[in-house]
Amino acid sequence: MKRRQFIQSASATSALGAMGLMSGCATTGGTHGPKVVVVGGGYGGATAAKYVRMWSDYGIQVTLIEPNASFISCPISNLVIGGSKTMADITTSYDNLVKRHGVNWVKDYVTQIDPDKRVVKLAGGSEVPYDRLILSPGVDFMMESLPGMNKAGAQDKVLHAWKAGAQTVALRKQLEAMPDGGVYALSIPLAPYRCPPGPYERACQVAEYFSKAKPKSKVLILDANDDVTSKGPLFKKAWAERYKGIVEYRGKHNAVDVDAATNTLKFEFNDDVKANVLNVIPPMRAGEIAVKSGLATANKRWCEVDFLTFESKAAKNIHVLGDSIQIAPAMPKSGHMANQHGKTCAAAVVALLSGKTPNNMPIYNNTCYSFVSSEDVVHVASVHAYDADKKTMLAVPGSGGVSSAANELEGRYAMAWARNIWADTLA
Amino acid sequence: MKNWLYFGSALFCLATSAQAQNNAPDPMQVRSWAAGCSNCHGTNGRAEAGNEALAGANKDDIVKKMMDFKAGRKPATIMHQLAKGYSDEQIVAIAGYFAAQKK
Repeated sequence: MKRRQFIQSASATSALGAMGLMSGCATTGGTHGPKVVVVGGGYGGATAAKYVRMWSDYGIQVTLIEPNASFISCPISNLVIGGSKTMADITTSYDNLVKRHGVNWVKDYVTQIDPDKRVVKLAGGSEVPYDRLILSPGVDFMMESLPGMNKAGAQDKVLHAWKAGAQTVALRKQLEAMPDGGVYALSIPLAPYRCPPGPYERACQVAEYFSKAKPKSKVLILDANDDVTSKGPLFKKAWAERYKGIVEYRGKHNAVDVDAATNTLKFEFNDDVKANVLNVIPPMRAGEIAVKSGLATANKRWCEVDFLTFESKAAKNIHVLGDSIQIAPAMPKSGHMANQHGKTCAAAVVALLSGKTPNNMPIYNNTCYSFVSSEDVVHVASVHAYDADKKTMLAVPGSGGVSSAANELEGRYAMAWARNIWADTLA
Repeated sequence: MKNWLYFGSALFCLATSAQAQNNAPDPMQVRSWAAGCSNCHGTNGRAEAGNEALAGANKDDIVKKMMDFKAGRKPATIMHQLAKGYSDEQIVAIAGYFAAQKK
């Protein structure tokens, strides 16, 4: 069946099933029906891949291009750095996407998009055609803003650990090797960056480790922002009470260069800082494939999208979601939010490929838990609804908020959140 | 749709709002609204351990809990903040979606 015929026949949701591609055939992925290619198997892309399959009654073919062997979660990864969780705890297989949902997983990465021919070219040399393309490439680091990071070996020594994986393990090893009485310095870029409260949670995790294993050591937070960007009072309370004498916070410290040989940070306005372990989170922009495809139209950093469909404002039939997008007001760059983008985009893509009008009243929430110790947690929550006049997502007035205080009950809810979102994204 | 208008005083107030006078929301839109809950409550409400499963739950029970969260009558860590983001009509529609799912 050709695509045009498909669109004409798909006047009811069951039409997709009538093609004989219902869930019974899910494991095959199907060889008929419209083609969706998803680039990136993180929270946004994996969710979109699963939900396009599910919500098309397994009638739309989905190919996921993801080079990593498994999904490694950034949320909870700070606990691996703190030592209370392992990499196995934050790693999930892509098997269910393939076996249960019939997603064609191609372990490769995209080097080029041809929007006219509607194909993506892979590093391995092959081409994959699409009717609609969903890009969820996450973030890449603007290493040009820290010239010293481009010297040989610098990036192996001065870690970001801001994409969970090998660097998460490597940073933990650096902390374990650090002598008691040493200084761990954490450099935070100007917002927007991936996971606003993440750096402050990391400071807590390292401080807890130091308090138990290396009590003479210090955590020095060097923040380019004027002040803590998320859950400020709650984090400051943790530093003042739980980690007194260990954590020091300095705002308005915008790092402009790194000397990896001497572990020294240089700032726009402040004196140099030298540390035993230097953890630099560089400024970020949309994932490279989105930038080089001309989709990062906001300051050449972020991709502007239509919030009803997540279709790029710069290219037809290409949708962008997750951390790569130019966010709506008060919308964080978070895994939870990327999962919500994935589902909103999936519903729109299924509608568009069936000749229907996408939903016009999206509403979804963000919940974000931060561990101030290995057990106690603080949250921030928000609800975002589409504003038809402003054509963007806005926080619903009167909704959302933060924890009144760090508590162990929310520590258990945070792990329940992790189990549930991993399953919603991947199982 | 009429049944729930008489559900309780909180809902009764809603009957005067512009939204409530429209027809029931589009089922595809409701499915997406409900999917916004599945990050914590599982795909189609079938939750992993530690959070409440919503699939196959009683619709009126879900609505009552959400209205109690929204009004601050039911203690919560986070749900009182999230419930305030949804209209009464949206809550009723989402509850209906989860109630209709297989456990």
